[in-house]
Amino acid sequence: MGAAFKGRAFKFGDDVSTDLIIAGKYAHLRSNLPELAKHVMEDANPDFAAKVKPGDFIVGGSNFGLGSSREHAPLVIKMASVSAVLAKSFARIFFRNAINQGLPVLICDTDKISEGDQLEVSLDEGVIKNVTKKEQYTFTKIPPAMLSILNEGGLIPYINKYGDFKI
Amino acid sequence: MGKTLSEKILSAKSGVDASAGDIVVSPVDLVFVQDTTGPLTVRQFKAGKKQTLAAPDRTALFIDHAAPSPNRQLSNDHMFLRDFAAESGCLLFDAGNGVCHQLVAEKLANPGDVIVGADSHTVTAGGLGAFATGMGSSDIAVAMSLGKTWFRVPESFRVAVTGNFNKWVEAKDLIIYLIGLIGADGATYKALEFGGEAVDRMPVPQRLTIANMAVEAGAKVGIFPSDGITRDFLKKQGRADKYKALQPDRDAAYERQIDIDANRLEPMVSQPHTVDNTAPARTLGDIKLNQVFIGTCTNGRLEDIAVAAHILKNRKKHPSVRLLVCPASTRVLTDAMNLGYIKTIIEAGGVILPPGCAACLGLHQGVLGDGEVCLSTANRNFKGRMGNPEGLIYLASTATAAASAITGRITDPREALS
Repeated sequence: MGAAFKGRAFKFGDDVSTDLIIAGKYAHLRSNLPELAKHVMEDANPDFAAKVKPGDFIVGGSNFGLGSSREHAPLVIKMASVSAVLAKSFARIFFRNAINQGLPVLICDTDKISEGDQLEVSLDEGVIKNVTKKEQYTFTKIPPAMLSILNEGGLIPYINKYGDFKI
Repeated sequence: MGKTLSEKILSAKSGVDASAGDIVVSPVDLVFVQDTTGPLTVRQFKAGKKQTLAAPDRTALFIDHAAPSPNRQLSNDHMFLRDFAAESGCLLFDAGNGVCHQLVAEKLANPGDVIVGADSHTVTAGGLGAFATGMGSSDIAVAMSLGKTWFRVPESFRVAVTGNFNKWVEAKDLIIYLIGLIGADGATYKALEFGGEAVDRMPVPQRLTIANMAVEAGAKVGIFPSDGITRDFLKKQGRADKYKALQPDRDAAYERQIDIDANRLEPMVSQPHTVDNTAPARTLGDIKLNQVFIGTCTNGRLEDIAVAAHILKNRKKHPSVRLLVCPASTRVLTDAMNLGYIKTIIEAGGVILPPGCAACLGLHQGVLGDGEVCLSTANRNFKGRMGNPEGLIYLASTATAAASAITGRITDPREALS
């Protein structure tokens, strides 16, 4: 896919639930995605939506995205122009939903990344460069079945192209 | 090599000899959405090239999460979903029918089925021996259209339960204990497969409670064998013909074995703001409550309402507590009415809510105020879950919740009722 991303790190802790990513109380905005997206990460960092810039990264700890199956969680992150989510581990449904929405989710040791660090991520090379700290990290390869979906920009474009699961 | 329950079901459905770690494409026996994930699912479905349902009679749409609707936007979402049901021919369970997972267990799920739903607690149907898991809207949209989906066959943890449950100790205490033991990500991507002598005697409603919360340990499924107890449950639902026996092979390979002695379990509580932040109820000290909520897909079944009514009989709730009770389905409500439970709960000062998800996810019917404390029989206590990040949510069994409603603080039911 050849994608390379540059941006700053917004750091979060362990167990960032889908309620923290986009609270259930905003369910009434789910058919108005631009309004819904204004509340991305609100209960974890109320300033996030105002400060995030295109290309920035969400950097979590372990079990990122636990909880509800709401695909709105990766969707509002993508709408905030976040280029990828980095975490030590992801909850299962969130990981699959992110890929299905074409949002890269990368498993790596995020302890060394600090709030505001400048990062560069190359999906092809499997490398995360921390420009601020002059460090380099690797991330776990996305499984082939999921990478083929990510490469098409998500599950619906994938199925529209192939008509079936080619895995 | 023998097979786990998950390997057996996915092998039978996909037609390949599937083992943990394999990727399989499997037909689905049931696919469903609810009203907060449904609109996006329908839009994803309509973004697809194939816009007909693979099996309208095995596709279901539930209006339960915000039902009846508390506001204009959600009313419009409900209209959108009703229109889709009418044009596609799928099953529709409108407001008041109850929580999707309870209705799936009562009417639709069968042993050996592969079930996917746009709701993380789809795992509940594992209590009937189904391979049932939650997915997002895109996956569900494709499953609706193609009638199949892909899975990575999960490794399984064998949870073997021996002994007998003590009085006032419930299935809920077992699953809270287990989640505390292995952590909120302790079973991520895995199947939690339950067995052992205590499971062999366990009624289906309790199996459903345990399976329901498997996802709170990150599991893909929480799955039970299908046996004589399953058969009797299906018979009661008028689906005796759907019964099939299902047991794992004796030489199945498990990634991990967890042994739990039911005799040693006690009433447990999950403390804010994660389900794995667990402690025995008796150790919590003086935690005063503003609200007690009994209901949900975890603990809103007839057996739960019965426990609540038994404890509340000839007693009153504490004056500073709001006691909200929500039967999980119309059938639960009518059965509870016929058995006098509803009258008992109302006389104790309880408020009966219409069958649905009610206060569980913070949309209506019991949103917490700033700093308020709720003891809930639901499955999640994440920050903000009940509509307010300043609210504090504790999770416990129905017995603990009912006993605590009387004392006004979190109370071990053995202490209150001895």
